Amino acid sequence: MYSSTGIDASNFVSGVDTAFMVILGIAFFFLISITATMIYFIIRYNKKRNPIAKQIKGSTKLEIIWTIIPTILVMVMFYFGWAGWRPMQNPPENALEIETTARMWSFNFKYPNGRITDTLYVPQDQPVKLNLFSLDVIHSLYIPAFRVKQDMVPGKENQFMWFTPRSLGDYDLFCAEYCGLQHSYMYSGVRVLPREEFDKWYSDTSRVVSTAGAAPEMKGLQILRINGCNACHSTDGSKLLGPSYRGSFGATRIVETDGEKREIIVDEEYIRRSIYEPNSDIVEGYSSGLMLSYKDLISEEEIEDIILYIKSLND
Amino acid sequence: MTREGNQHDEISYLRVQGRYRGIFAWIFSTDHKRIGLLYLYSIMTFFLVGATLGLLMKLELIAPGKTVMEAQTYNGFFTFHGVIMIFLIIIPGLPATFGNFLLPIMIGAKDVAFPRLNLLSWWIYVFGALLALSSQFMGDGPPDTGWTFYAPYSFKTTTNMLPAVMGAFVLGFSSILTGLNFIVTIHRMRAPGMTWLKMPLFPWTLYGTGWIQLLATPVVGITLLMVAAERILNIGFFDPSMGGDPILYQHLFWIYSHPAVYIMILPAMGAISEIIPTFARKSIFGYRAIVLSTLAIAFVGYFVWGHHMFTSGMSGTALYTFSILTFFVAIPSAIKVFNWVSTMHAGSIHAEPPFYWAASFIFVFMIGGLTGLVLGSLATNVHVHDTQFVVAHFHYVMFGGVGFAFMAAIHYWFPKIYGRMYDKGMAKTGWLIFFIGFNTLYLPMFYLGIRGMPRRYFDYLEEFHGPNIISTIGAVVLIAGLFMILSNLIVSARKGEKASGNPWKGNTLEWKIPSPPPPENFEETPVITRGPYDFN
Repeated sequence: MYSSTGIDASNFVSGVDTAFMVILGIAFFFLISITATMIYFIIRYNKKRNPIAKQIKGSTKLEIIWTIIPTILVMVMFYFGWAGWRPMQNPPENALEIETTARMWSFNFKYPNGRITDTLYVPQDQPVKLNLFSLDVIHSLYIPAFRVKQDMVPGKENQFMWFTPRSLGDYDLFCAEYCGLQHSYMYSGVRVLPREEFDKWYSDTSRVVSTAGAAPEMKGLQILRINGCNACHSTDGSKLLGPSYRGSFGATRIVETDGEKREIIVDEEYIRRSIYEPNSDIVEGYSSGLMLSYKDLISEEEIEDIILYIKSLND
Repeated sequence: MTREGNQHDEISYLRVQGRYRGIFAWIFSTDHKRIGLLYLYSIMTFFLVGATLGLLMKLELIAPGKTVMEAQTYNGFFTFHGVIMIFLIIIPGLPATFGNFLLPIMIGAKDVAFPRLNLLSWWIYVFGALLALSSQFMGDGPPDTGWTFYAPYSFKTTTNMLPAVMGAFVLGFSSILTGLNFIVTIHRMRAPGMTWLKMPLFPWTLYGTGWIQLLATPVVGITLLMVAAERILNIGFFDPSMGGDPILYQHLFWIYSHPAVYIMILPAMGAISEIIPTFARKSIFGYRAIVLSTLAIAFVGYFVWGHHMFTSGMSGTALYTFSILTFFVAIPSAIKVFNWVSTMHAGSIHAEPPFYWAASFIFVFMIGGLTGLVLGSLATNVHVHDTQFVVAHFHYVMFGGVGFAFMAAIHYWFPKIYGRMYDKGMAKTGWLIFFIGFNTLYLPMFYLGIRGMPRRYFDYLEEFHGPNIISTIGAVVLIAGLFMILSNLIVSARKGEKASGNPWKGNTLEWKIPSPPPPENFEETPVITRGPYDFN
């Protein structure tokens, strides 16, 4: 149908696009022929050309014909739709399994060796199975170039999608199910690498890779990025759904704790609590219930890195 | 029965003096014609609000990034646009306005079976509408869930969602009562001699719609109550963290909301089936086939809801069952199109404004229906589900289908309702502008969807920019055409040239009484001996 970077970006493209061609072909044929017939009738049987209408009440033969033909055609269209979709249900045994987690408003991808990224890296010609989890509301993982989409329903087991990337390159990856304020910013990308390049990337087993030569506090920023924190917390002082990191360390804030307002100073302990029990102290002007605990996602050591990074924003 | 000569000497339903005066003579009237107009005016008012929201959203989408509003505002707008357009406009749409006005007249009755219940339905409609509107102005900001109120987002959001849900719940009762009223009216009050197969097609479609309203609406009522209970009492029907199932919500919602699409489209098809024979001066082609296809759509329409959920993770068996049933519902729709076009064959076509709308209805409805096949098919649905393609598809069916039919109907029955004629030249120009604007607005969205742009997007990537600009231009053109059409109608309702009882030379009963009709429609109950479309 359409492909921006290659004809066969995944193994499903040809099946899905065949279904598109068949259905759209039939649709165009009927749209054009019926419209043309109608316009012809309107001109040919205009009151000037045909002042007296001929009363024809119907034709059983025609009714039968135009019931049977569409019935056959819809069966044909159904078949192609079914044939293009069926392989999506059966992931191969040897697929590379990646744990894919969605939350408002970011994705992350955890590889079997523990590596976590916010962009999906996959090797060319290797079947990939994404095991899908959502932490809050329904999201939907959509890779248009691969013709795949699957909802990510919170609390639901055994959700997956699979595909075999065929062409090298970068592809869009969107959230397709409306999930709140930043829905349209919940997108990422797929990068299809040649096998060797992927292996090289993959063999780096440290969970967070510091950018070469970067200051140590940048490690904290990467942790924030991987976990999607920046969807709601800015690094430049602007107000999103949650407070910004910039200028927050050491600042005095009014927070609401169990319905009572109190004044606190943002320190290491406050940051740790905000990550592990985000709803216990809510800064004035922000809503509770939007953030989930990151207890199992961010370790104590990583919080140290985050604190280092937040401190660095005060300079 | 023909009194075309002295019609303006009669006191019409518009002028008759009842128990109340002024506005009370309308809002407390049990006359089905006045109630029909009450709905018409309410619906048009809400439509202008909904259309303005739609235009503002299109302006926001003219370029990537923020252009005229914030993301939160945009999310509130598409929610409110959907709630207004679906629950306040298209569902009551043709049945409540033209159904109320015309059903009793077309079957030779003086009123509907339960006139007071009919008035109550309008009051419930107004109450429900105000409740839904209140969500915009009270509490913690307008709801931002989309008109589908999908769980669990719908009870996680901090916005003021409950009034919108309760509004939709209350509106459901209005719909149920109207459906019930019409079913009983059609069963019990047809004029002597009007057998089922001598009944015009518009009442037939109201009959099909009435059953869907009666049987499907309670499901959404219960569902919306469950959402309310979930939000207030934290019961856990749908919230996975409390052991609930979000997918259950989607099933319950679409069990109603898909048949609701047929509540909307069937009367539209009925109106088209009235208009084409009148302007072709020819009997409708395949009357029985059209009746049967109406009933088939109403019936099969109950069993296709799953096609809204092909990517939700339902079992494979459920998926292809729903897919094939969805394809089957296309067949009766196709039969109708073939019959309408065949009606034009060998006719004597008078290309008046209602005919323009009816013929263009066939065109836009075909685009809507044929793109529906893409969505009914499994492989292609996975790709375009929840993208701009779906938005384009249902605007072609709902706004193109129902909207064009509504326009056809108002231009067709206008002289009957007001006893006056509008400016036909202006009506045709308005139609042309609207038609061009409509297609310019929605065609690019099919392309965007196939390219992969998801729906409900406040912002988008640069690669989607071009088609969005064209679409926004289309929206502006469409609104210009709409203004021209509406101003023509509004001015003509008061100042138009007087119309005769039967300006279009129609053959159904409403054209055999004066325009505007007298309060009780018929001086003496008509006796039916001929079919509704026997022109010679």
